[in-house]
Amino acid sequence: MKLAYWMYAGPAHIGTLRVASSFKNVHAIMHAPLGDDYFNVMRSMLERERDFTPVTASIVDRHVLARGSQEKVVENITRKDKQERPDLIVLTPTCTSSILQEDLQNFVNRAALESKSDVILADVNHYRVNELQAADRTLEQIIRYYIEKARQNNTLENHKTSQPSANIFGIFTLGFHHQHDCRELKRLLADLGIAINEIIPEGCSVKNLKNLPKAWFNIVPYREVGLMAAVYLEKEFSIPYISTTPMGIVDTAGFISEIKAILEKQTQHTKLQIDYEKYIDNQTRFVSQAAWFSRSIDCQNLTGKKAVVFGDATHASSITKILAREMGVRVVCAGTYCKHDGDWFREQVQNFCDEILITDDHNEVADMIARIEPSAIFGTQMERHIGKRLDIPCGVISAPVHIQNFPLGYRPFLGYEGANQIADLAYNSFTLGMEDHLLEIFGGHDTKEVITKTLSTESDLIWSSDSLAELAKIPGFVRGKIKRNTEKYAREKGINLITVEVMFAAKEAVGA
Amino acid sequence: MKNLNSNERKNRLASTLENQIVSIQKNESFLNENDNLVFECETGNYHTFCPISCVAWLYQKIEDSFFLVIGTKTCGYFLQNALGVMIFAEPRYAMAELEEGDISAQLNDYKELKRLCLQIKKDRNPSVIVWIGTCTTEIIKMDLEGMAPRLEIEIGVPIVVARANGLDYAFTQGEDTVLTALTHRCPNFEKVVESHFLASNSIETLKNDKISHPPLVLFGSLPNTVTTQLTNELKLQGIHVSGWLPAPRYTELPSLGEGVYVCGVNPFLSRTATTLMRRRKCKLISAPFPIGPDGTRAWLEKICSVFNITPQGLQEREKTIWDSLEDYLKLIRGKSIFFMGDNLLEISLARFLIRCGMIVYEIGIPYMDRRFQAGEIFLLQQTCKKMNIPLPRIVEKPDNYNQVQRIRELQPDLAITGMAHANPLEARGINTKWSVEFTFAQIHGFTNSRDILELVTRPLRRNQALESLGWTQLIKN
Repeated sequence: MKLAYWMYAGPAHIGTLRVASSFKNVHAIMHAPLGDDYFNVMRSMLERERDFTPVTASIVDRHVLARGSQEKVVENITRKDKQERPDLIVLTPTCTSSILQEDLQNFVNRAALESKSDVILADVNHYRVNELQAADRTLEQIIRYYIEKARQNNTLENHKTSQPSANIFGIFTLGFHHQHDCRELKRLLADLGIAINEIIPEGCSVKNLKNLPKAWFNIVPYREVGLMAAVYLEKEFSIPYISTTPMGIVDTAGFISEIKAILEKQTQHTKLQIDYEKYIDNQTRFVSQAAWFSRSIDCQNLTGKKAVVFGDATHASSITKILAREMGVRVVCAGTYCKHDGDWFREQVQNFCDEILITDDHNEVADMIARIEPSAIFGTQMERHIGKRLDIPCGVISAPVHIQNFPLGYRPFLGYEGANQIADLAYNSFTLGMEDHLLEIFGGHDTKEVITKTLSTESDLIWSSDSLAELAKIPGFVRGKIKRNTEKYAREKGINLITVEVMFAAKEAVGA
Repeated sequence: MKNLNSNERKNRLASTLENQIVSIQKNESFLNENDNLVFECETGNYHTFCPISCVAWLYQKIEDSFFLVIGTKTCGYFLQNALGVMIFAEPRYAMAELEEGDISAQLNDYKELKRLCLQIKKDRNPSVIVWIGTCTTEIIKMDLEGMAPRLEIEIGVPIVVARANGLDYAFTQGEDTVLTALTHRCPNFEKVVESHFLASNSIETLKNDKISHPPLVLFGSLPNTVTTQLTNELKLQGIHVSGWLPAPRYTELPSLGEGVYVCGVNPFLSRTATTLMRRRKCKLISAPFPIGPDGTRAWLEKICSVFNITPQGLQEREKTIWDSLEDYLKLIRGKSIFFMGDNLLEISLARFLIRCGMIVYEIGIPYMDRRFQAGEIFLLQQTCKKMNIPLPRIVEKPDNYNQVQRIRELQPDLAITGMAHANPLEARGINTKWSVEFTFAQIHGFTNSRDILELVTRPLRRNQALESLGWTQLIKN
């Protein structure tokens, strides 16, 4: 048992549901007790999703505990098949079904006989993997299923496209700025003359998965999800993949160079139509503002400033490298909660920071931040709150996230536009900190003492001790308003002593 | 639909419902055979919060408590996301996260819980630790009730066990399980009376209060402001509230016993009511719930009648409140509403809104205790008769998929629904209000009637403001 208040990565089934509900016309059925369908709320609220989330629960209740859930699961699958005609139904186990140890695969086999949809059981174990690992596995599992199916039916599209093309893996629902990153990647690839074959899983139909081998290469922008699928396709069809995250000027250039190398290998006889070196140089020096920004006087002030970075492996490592290599900020500690990927992370950041922290305990992170006292933090929503408590500004660079991290405006983290966004984020975090500091030294902008916060200073009214106590219970941000309304009411009624009863009467009278 | 007159509405409503409701189990007979309130029961595939969410408001209500939820990452993830920013305010609750070793019994539950509880005692020094049992502890049959008394003696902190799990309960019923468990911890009534008389100033206190009725304890967790308001309403009728379950501190739980009258303030407290009657021998006053001015008046009148007190000035009081609501009532009169059902407040809210002049198409509700809610159901029937509208259908354990089909067909002016369906319905031109807000807002008593209508009318007011733009359908066909 572990005493826990907060966690960075969610339970396994969340990862499976994120992948399944990102595909077009795929329905997930959770084998779970009432209330576990909280995923639907998150998707609907955080992503502000307009469509009903294609996830239902096959409810595990007392009855199911007593008799087993087989009829119920099979019935729910066949019913959903008739109602919505999905291409695929993914039966999703939860922590509850992990311990019940029912033969879910058997239910899937039975349901598959009766339904027009394909039915699979997500191969994830609640107690072994977290949200991100589960998402990675489920994505691979679905791709493998449809590749093998196409192979059996001889419908596999195995010839390469005439123009160079790529698949993008790992863009999916509730991802940190995924939609914006995807748009930026598409733009970058279009500039390089590379067509997009498929984007997986966001908005992709499972019917299109048989087209995957047509691509010349695969792109996995985020380490956490998509790598397994890319490795599978490399093994099966020798499709090379790029797992460099094009985040920051240097890594974006590296990413483009890798593309160049792959294309050169595959087009030995023809020459590349676009001069990639020239493109990188032009983008870096003139189109993107980030390189120039690092050189500008403003950024000089950041030199040697202390920062702490924490997040998922992809974002934390990229941001660490950007801060240290591209902005001259001193990253005192870089960390990740992706413990399963700790070795990779260490290798990535070891030359760019003083220490490395790999943990999923937010208390450890808080202690580290308190000890180091950096000028700015770059982390998740949790680090933002730690920063608030310690009065240290924080830029959010990674999931877990909040509704604020699903902005309507265009905010990629990848590519050249992403570099601009990151530069803004870093710079704003630090200046805010600086401003705060100056305010503290000089005692604030407005040093004149505030005498009263109410407009009517001449008060002839007496508040009884009870009513003052009642007033104190009211949350601070509305207390002033309630006080004024009550006093206004008391004056109108010619009451001098304000009691609790008068307060409530005033509230009732507001609408009259 | 919006331009139809009310008769057409009613006919259409009746015919649609007949065609639409599928998979209905056989209608059960209700209190008496003559009335025509219809109860349906669907598949139970609906969205609601897990009952462990009750820790969110209970740890704030009981100031010296600590809530330990014994469950998995799934429970933790729900709490952390559902409670949003509250988690960052160093809450007095935590997860005892079960790991593989706990599930396969490689670790000793008792030792593990002892370790965590000692740590909690050291860090927070609470007056009580509440263990919330979850689905997992049910399935692996962890004997929480058995371990708690032993551990309680060993560490010297009371441990209360509540099984608020998703296998058995929905959302607000979590509070019911916790209050049920607390009922057993309330001091004994007789003993307290004895010590009360021994205290030097006790006789004077009794004289000043002029209590002429048996002790009355109210049950249900409400914000302290609201308990003060309801206590004051009763005081105006000469009724003294001797305690609330729960009290703001664990150490101040009210005394219970034979001769104590109890009355509920929320419709989801049926187990607490049963326990109070059966185990603590209290007398239950079955009344409608004090939600809306009509409900509050009926609630007060019922308590008065039990104590043989003639209520004073309630009629005028209710009228004043209704008059003060007129600006909101204008907005909703004749409008239709659909409750998808997830928090058990639905019957009371529907009854109030019918009295406000709305037409209720369907009342979805997770669970319906017809005995505990008898007073409320009766008032609902009276209200329908008074307002001359057909009795709404009550759908227990609803099926959200079917409900969405019915909403599409009926096109209600407002759907009260969970957050999972709110945005998709809005995108399809249906006004929605999140049902959860009714659980967290102050909705009890005369004073807060306006707050209910503030919530109900908000989507209507907002969408009125946007109406001229003509962007109601925001999905592609």
